[in-house]
Amino acid sequence: MADVVLEALPDINADLSAEMLADPQQDFPTEEMLVNMGPQHPATHGVLRVVLRTDGEMVLEAVPHLGYLHRCAEKIGETLAPYQYIPYTDRMDYLAGMNNNLAFAEACEKLSGLEAEISQRAKLIRIIFAELNRIASHLVAFGTYGLDLGAFTPFLYAFREREYILDLFESTCGARLTYSYITIGGVTDDLPDKFVDVTREFLDYFEPKVIEYNNLLTHNHIFVKRTANVGVITKKDAIDYALTGPVLRGSGIQWDLRKLPGSGYEDFDFEIPFGRGEKGAVGDCWDRYYVRICEMQESVKIIRQALDRLAGTEGQEVTHKKGKTLKLPADEIYHEIENPRGQLGFMIRGNGSVIPDRVKARGPSFCNLSVTERVCSGVLLGDMAAIIGSIDVVMGEVDR
Amino acid sequence: MAPEEITELLKKEFGEFIVGSKFDTAHPRVGVRADAWPEVARFLRDDSRTGFNMLRCVTALDLLEDDTLCAEYDLHAIRAPKSGAAPYELIHGICIEVSVPRNNPRIPSVADVWRAADWHEREAYDLMGIIFENHPDSMIGPNGKHPRRILCPDDWVGHPLRKDYLFPMEYHGIPAVTEMGQTRPVH
Amino acid sequence: MSWIENRFEEGLIITSLDWAINWGRRYSIWPMTFGLACCAIEMMAIGASRFDVDRFGAGAFRASPRQADLMIVAGTVTYKMASRVKRLYNQMPEPKYVMAMGACTIGGGPYFKNGYHVVKGVDLVVPVDIYVPGCPPRPETLIEGILRLQDMIKNQSLARDRWQGAKEKVLASTPTYA
Repeated sequence: MADVVLEALPDINADLSAEMLADPQQDFPTEEMLVNMGPQHPATHGVLRVVLRTDGEMVLEAVPHLGYLHRCAEKIGETLAPYQYIPYTDRMDYLAGMNNNLAFAEACEKLSGLEAEISQRAKLIRIIFAELNRIASHLVAFGTYGLDLGAFTPFLYAFREREYILDLFESTCGARLTYSYITIGGVTDDLPDKFVDVTREFLDYFEPKVIEYNNLLTHNHIFVKRTANVGVITKKDAIDYALTGPVLRGSGIQWDLRKLPGSGYEDFDFEIPFGRGEKGAVGDCWDRYYVRICEMQESVKIIRQALDRLAGTEGQEVTHKKGKTLKLPADEIYHEIENPRGQLGFMIRGNGSVIPDRVKARGPSFCNLSVTERVCSGVLLGDMAAIIGSIDVVMGEVDR
Repeated sequence: MAPEEITELLKKEFGEFIVGSKFDTAHPRVGVRADAWPEVARFLRDDSRTGFNMLRCVTALDLLEDDTLCAEYDLHAIRAPKSGAAPYELIHGICIEVSVPRNNPRIPSVADVWRAADWHEREAYDLMGIIFENHPDSMIGPNGKHPRRILCPDDWVGHPLRKDYLFPMEYHGIPAVTEMGQTRPVH
Repeated sequence: MSWIENRFEEGLIITSLDWAINWGRRYSIWPMTFGLACCAIEMMAIGASRFDVDRFGAGAFRASPRQADLMIVAGTVTYKMASRVKRLYNQMPEPKYVMAMGACTIGGGPYFKNGYHVVKGVDLVVPVDIYVPGCPPRPETLIEGILRLQDMIKNQSLARDRWQGAKEKVLASTPTYA
């Protein structure tokens, strides 16, 4: 069939001279051009700058430039006590403040041996908020991904649901975006009255909405055409570049730190969604996007289970009094948790005093972004937005 | 394999290039001499007993009291499950420590072993000043070849995470203040 | 309106025209999509369902500075970014307004101390009209900032230069190095 069509087409080389045909470089005498994308660009999710070498509509090479939001968080970490540093972790991945708090708090607790003294209730509250924040973060990813590809409505839908989650956060800790709620030694305060009921109400409201998203965007023909088979990351590349989170799982690798022993999620029942190549190749933009949608549903499952278990833990102390004055031993630790974007790691080196020697954050977006250089060669210029959006970077975490 | 066994294996293979190891800590790690590091890295990745295919993080440390800079490579080995449906398994993890003198901090790059090392090494050069030799994204500076900076601008002076770093008081005409005692500049 | 600026006394002829033009200007502020950091998420939130800044006529976020009236500097400005901020400001057409959103843009915020790479206030780079405090400011605060900006526009006059003849001076006091 394809041969017939090709034969019917006129020969595109007909009016080219023999010497032009001999030199393949002159086949299409277009000019290579350097295009600067960002740091102020609506599709780069913040201040990412990508320098593209283009030939017509093709991107031959894409070189990301970072550092436009380098806020010196690691240097500041060497000058503050861990308890004071918690607000800075909020501002690294500002879409998932709770998860960042959790990663840093857990690392400090593991290092100082405080881990065993955290109450069951505090652990459950942490899980509830981490998962709620995962939903909120994926909602932004979903909304802005639609925005990148020219669909404005999903953005409004996503932010409508996200505001409900932010209301829950606000009722608990008073902040909408930078919470500092999960701290060293537990959480800062117990849950407000009726929190469990309101959260259940929200979950009941939210679950059918996912079907709405699927009808609106996931299976939308135009959306599938823009994302399926675009920006394919192979399994080997994904591991070689140390990608994590939905980007890794989108490539068909079922790997989630929450399933490992010691993560706190051992006895929760949930699945790890991964890319199956439903609309195209495994590891394309659509797979990465769809993993996030499925993860929201899994998070709902986890929250429901955690809310059920919360009933038996009334009255337990949720704030450990040692947290504020924690002294880190002269030792070091590298601890990772599963953030909405991937594995967020903190490397902390104490020296026996209140102030640590070194704090290093491994931002998942930092590693995930490094694959753009490989994926974005030989794609169409219009697919750049689809690829960068599907990786879902938060520049605050890339640059720290 | 436990970190102890991995160290034994490395000692058997590389002998005197393995220098020191710490196991009684929350972060068990093995020291490797800088000149042998790419070889050791390739062994760690390719040998079927180790199989470390994922470089999670590279942390640069400034140990001012020992007069050394140090890069720590956190590695994971994950593999596909035997049966199709189960999640990937974590086989084991280890941390490799490469220490270099502070006045001549040079470590051979392992960006060709794990691609993830590329940006991590650029960051370690930018913030800590460890020069990774043969890095794929290198440039010629006043003091020879070094990886390109990644976070700070190319004309930035110094390496901010060093303990003896002096804060800039001005950058391209914009005044800077870094200590609370100093008042804001009048403008 | 530079042909008319400073030519007349403030008088009856201009007053009604002033009112009409300012009315139009203040209810059609087009902000630039210029998210830098955390504050950008709250800036997105005012454009979204619940806060809906379209009610105040400031919801048409433009991706290009050449179409924008208002630059909301939403997030930490770093030294690497400063030259870009300056350039974007220069690309905007007059009349243009700058809003410093959040503690970082006002004075460095939490990154004031030990933030070797953070500009201690965006007013070191571009002249700022409105400061919106908070870390990050709530969407209500940002809307309040837009309302205050509308008040400012309301009091403008065609006959009076907005910079009161000091534009060159104001711009000269901010370092030009871009």
